[in-house]
Amino acid sequence: MTVHSFIDDELETAPAISALRTGEAVETTAAAGQWTLIWHKFRQNKVAIFAGAVILFLYFVAIFAEFLAPALPEASRPQFTYAPPQAISFFATAEDGSTQFLPHVQGYTQTVDQASLRRTFVVDDSLVVPIGFFVHGPKYRMWGLFDTDLHLLGPLKSTDTMYLMGSDKLGRDLLSRLIYGTRISMSIGLIGVLFSLVLGVTLGSLSGFYGGWVDMIIQRGIEIISSMPTIPLWLGLAAAIPITWSPLQVYFIITLIVSLFGWTGLAREVRGRFFALRTEDFVTAARLDGSRERRLIFRHILPSLTSHILAVVTLALPTMIVAETALSFLGIGLKPPVVSWGVLLQDAQNVRTIATAPWLLIWPAGAVVIAVLSFNFLGDGMRDAADPYES
Amino acid sequence: MLRYIIKRLLYMIPTLLGISMIAFVIIQLPPGDYLTSLISRMTQNGENVDPAQIAQMRAIYGFDDPIWVQYFKWITGILLRGDFGYSFEWNRPVSELIWQRMGATLSVSLAALLFVWAVSLPIGIYSAMRRHSVGDHIATFFGFIGLAIPNFILALTLMYVSYKYLGQNVGGLQSQEFIDAPASWAKFVDLLAHLWIPVVVIGTAGTASLIRILRANLTDELSKPYVITAKAKGLPEYKVVLKYPVRIALNPFVSAIGWVLPNLISGVTITAIVLNLPTAGPLLLRALISQDMYLAGSFILLMGSLTLVGMLISDILLALLDPRIRFN
Repeated sequence: MTVHSFIDDELETAPAISALRTGEAVETTAAAGQWTLIWHKFRQNKVAIFAGAVILFLYFVAIFAEFLAPALPEASRPQFTYAPPQAISFFATAEDGSTQFLPHVQGYTQTVDQASLRRTFVVDDSLVVPIGFFVHGPKYRMWGLFDTDLHLLGPLKSTDTMYLMGSDKLGRDLLSRLIYGTRISMSIGLIGVLFSLVLGVTLGSLSGFYGGWVDMIIQRGIEIISSMPTIPLWLGLAAAIPITWSPLQVYFIITLIVSLFGWTGLAREVRGRFFALRTEDFVTAARLDGSRERRLIFRHILPSLTSHILAVVTLALPTMIVAETALSFLGIGLKPPVVSWGVLLQDAQNVRTIATAPWLLIWPAGAVVIAVLSFNFLGDGMRDAADPYES
Repeated sequence: MLRYIIKRLLYMIPTLLGISMIAFVIIQLPPGDYLTSLISRMTQNGENVDPAQIAQMRAIYGFDDPIWVQYFKWITGILLRGDFGYSFEWNRPVSELIWQRMGATLSVSLAALLFVWAVSLPIGIYSAMRRHSVGDHIATFFGFIGLAIPNFILALTLMYVSYKYLGQNVGGLQSQEFIDAPASWAKFVDLLAHLWIPVVVIGTAGTASLIRILRANLTDELSKPYVITAKAKGLPEYKVVLKYPVRIALNPFVSAIGWVLPNLISGVTITAIVLNLPTAGPLLLRALISQDMYLAGSFILLMGSLTLVGMLISDILLALLDPRIRFN
């Protein structure tokens, strides 16, 4: 009689015949969930990862704008109009001739050309404006919650000036304005996309789920909207905004206008997927189990589209940002005192200004291009990763 | 074929109706109507407002009618008499103002379309045949940049560059001395010297996306057995590629008329405002700001119709090229 052998080890949890290849972790194989697979596929796209990091950084800047900006966006200094960008130097010559570590920017001396009455700035090596991290500068109210005067970077003496990106026609610090503008421009894209997400997903699902005349009407509508050249249409709608409206109202209505024409692509994508999924077995099973249409759409079909929707939405974001920028640039979108990238570009509208102060074009335009590029790369990466079961 | 064209034309009617409604809504959007703003402007300037004239205009334009009656009058005026309404800012009928501007818009858009085709065809073929080569990567890189830079920023940058390094002012479509000059060879050359900036600016985004499409299509086509057979038979490479695969991959070039044209017209609008071209854009913006709504609405209506015509043409051409579409 054999003795029964007891197993003292941990319980076996893997299936008897492992689907896993040897030497591979669990999550790299069929055992992993859909999102894990998507993440794995996405992670291989280095460009998309980098673009995602850039976008996270931009939103970080947008959230902490007050703290990151060295100055207030509206603080104007008439004596420093069109001051050129200053470079940061780390070592300064002390009075006794020795070189010491002192982060600073060099001040300007300025002369006014009597003929053109234009200021010219000359970098003056003897004028040293010491700068540092976590300095006390102009007071602001953080997120409307508490007062503080702490800034990440700035001149040590709060009355000094620092123009790392130059100044505009009123002597306002372009860097600070760009940072505040990031908040408006990046959030307009996000809110606009939320609007078009609701519109696109609702109409796209209705169209794809029901087909027939519902589909017909919605498709005609999409065709009409997408055959209109967008910029004239945006112009037409934005020009109707009463000038008496508050900046906040204008902000929301501009977002709405921009998103009103951005949803068609999303609706088409959702519709196509619905057509494909409508006849899938799991939908039929749910239907036979007595699920109502609303449950079928929202509980069963839409969740399996989430990754696709996310990708399309990311690809739609740059359009919104560009739209806002274009409208504000033309003077019928957001208006000062609101600061957005488009409002900043308004200052660079003619060649003469750009020739005097090229930084007014370069930095805001650079911000727009970087944001748009990053969203495109990120969206492309997400779209490629959205369907992990494709080859 | 005829049946296809007729079906396609019938399909266009509801879309046109929708576009005209959108244009009409935009005309109606600003608070008050044109007469109230006209009256306020006239009283501001100290002019006398003749109540009889005002009443007559109200009757002509039917400002007191219900909205759908107004729409009906407006659209039948356009369709039957070519009457787009009256521009209160210019004191002229809208129809006198728009056609020249729309013509210029169309010409610049077409020039941009030709540019898009001319540039993306060779680059697209090259990219597909030498995939992942240095040239392909450079083309892809510039393509992405072209897609990412908004038209007006590109226009501003080119303006600045040509002002700074070429020393020429690039606004407008003609130099000052040629504006009223009769048509001549020198005038044409001058036009080309001005035209290239808007054409490049407007065409860049379309070029980038068309290169991507052509590259993808041609890559699929190049790996098909008939291409391999042709190569195996010893045909020279340029013949193998140009004779069949390129011709098949060319379909998107034709369908591009449909989806690139709205973008081009949209692009012309804003680029023209920046570069001050005598196209519809600057006039549209000005009309909108001064709430000269019949003028603005007519522009929007015509631009929408123009893209529809573009789509129609591209569909018909596609059907001519591709029998599969014709017989479906």
